Amino acid sequence: MTGPLLTVRGLNAFYGETQVLHGLDFEVAAGGITALLGANGAGKTSTLRALSGMIRATGEIVFNGLSIGGRATEEVARLGIAHVPEGRGTFSRMTVDENLQLGAMTRGDRAGIAADMERLYGFFPKLDQRRRQQAGTLSGGEQQMLAIARALMLRPRLMLLDEPSFGLAPMIVAEVFDILRKLNASDGMSMLLVEQNATAALDFADQAYLIETGNLVMGGTAADIGRDENVRRAYLGY
Amino acid sequence: MDLFLHQVLAGLATGGIYACMALAIVMIYQAIDSLNFAQGEMAMFSTFIAWQFMQWGMPYWVAFFATIAVSFAAGVAIERVVFKPLRHASLLSHIVVFIALFAIINSVAGFIWDFTIKSFPSPFGTQSLFGSGLISMHDTGMIVVTLILLVLLFAFFRYTRIGLAMRATAENPESARLVGIRVGWMVALGWGMAAAIGAVAGMLIAPVVFLEPNMMLSILLYGFAAAVVGGLNSPLGAVIGGFSVGVIENLAGTFIPYVGRELKLTIALTLIVAVLTLKPSGLFGKVVVSRV
Repeated sequence: MTGPLLTVRGLNAFYGETQVLHGLDFEVAAGGITALLGANGAGKTSTLRALSGMIRATGEIVFNGLSIGGRATEEVARLGIAHVPEGRGTFSRMTVDENLQLGAMTRGDRAGIAADMERLYGFFPKLDQRRRQQAGTLSGGEQQMLAIARALMLRPRLMLLDEPSFGLAPMIVAEVFDILRKLNASDGMSMLLVEQNATAALDFADQAYLIETGNLVMGGTAADIGRDENVRRAYLGY
Repeated sequence: MDLFLHQVLAGLATGGIYACMALAIVMIYQAIDSLNFAQGEMAMFSTFIAWQFMQWGMPYWVAFFATIAVSFAAGVAIERVVFKPLRHASLLSHIVVFIALFAIINSVAGFIWDFTIKSFPSPFGTQSLFGSGLISMHDTGMIVVTLILLVLLFAFFRYTRIGLAMRATAENPESARLVGIRVGWMVALGWGMAAAIGAVAGMLIAPVVFLEPNMMLSILLYGFAAAVVGGLNSPLGAVIGGFSVGVIENLAGTFIPYVGRELKLTIALTLIVAVLTLKPSGLFGKVVVSRV
């Protein structure tokens, strides 16, 4: 693992006048998986939204040696940061095929796009069976897979994953994380994961940070965080 | 029977124009969630530009396509200059700006070309089709051009990447941004296309209603009626609504006593009220449920 792909220093974020993040510092290593843990409302989703330029933020955000703070959402995406948003952001009136094509909207290589679609349909056989189906009619788990597949069509350097386990049955959660792990290994794709399901997240990530009411209160390797007495009592339930 | 058929065909012809206006309205409604009250005036101004081109000696079809190109550019420019800064403004601000645009375009057209009625040529001629007396060449031409326009639009939205990006922007702007679509430009493109479609409608209807700065007033009302009947978020609905409004208007004007010519416009308004009361999403629109 080389230097960090994403470095965040002193990140503040605001909804209107209300400050929701207070000076966060964290990193995602190139090829690494970083998890942000915290209770509901702690500021996890806001952190991802701040990185993607979806809410007003101040502070330093450096991606791949480039300062990206204050850029428009679409320009952040064009730099190779794919965001799987809270609520999945499905284009529900479009087909599964069209959703994937939209994921590749920043790319011009038709052959590469077609090849990637086939590859992803290989990863997600359930989507393969539903290519021409309206995405809004998919089950929650299938829509989550579609959201991840759509993000991957961007060929991102970094994926921002907002609660990929939300609303999914435990078996599907395991399946989703399994696929993400494969992609991390095969493509060296870095990931920043936000999760309430701390057990799954710590198992999946190599670095982890804990957020409480908009402040980072702890950071370290996922293994260390998982061993911490307070984290275990508050977030892992044992 | 002949009278009935004649009225249906004539209704389809004007209905095509209403369909074009409704399409333009729906395109902008999808992009910025409000009704463009200035749509008719933009179309009227485009028609004057075409007239001016022909006055300068351009052949009809050259002027036709040149006008479409100019209107497209003007539509994009209006979005960039006037509406882009208002992106986060309230609905009411949008409406006020639309009304201002309406008044400005109307009076500028009157200032440049004055308010006297001008005739506008038809490229199809005014004689009746095959001498049947049922429908004129121009009416036939209006229907054909409308249908060609629809097929082109359908193909654009269905089969091109940029069409897909525009649909994505209309459906879910936030997700569209997240996949890297430059949403602002898609909105501007929608404006350009709406202006171009309006220009076609204006140039086709001008031989019927004659060219003057207020020519599109009632046409716009019918266009609104068509868009509301079909559903404001359904382009296909707008087209079907346009043809239906054209036919209903003509049949009611002919066969219902007391309606006649004078009350025809009332029918459009009655349709708007009736649809909004009975089926607010329109015949083909989707019911949008928002969670709070």
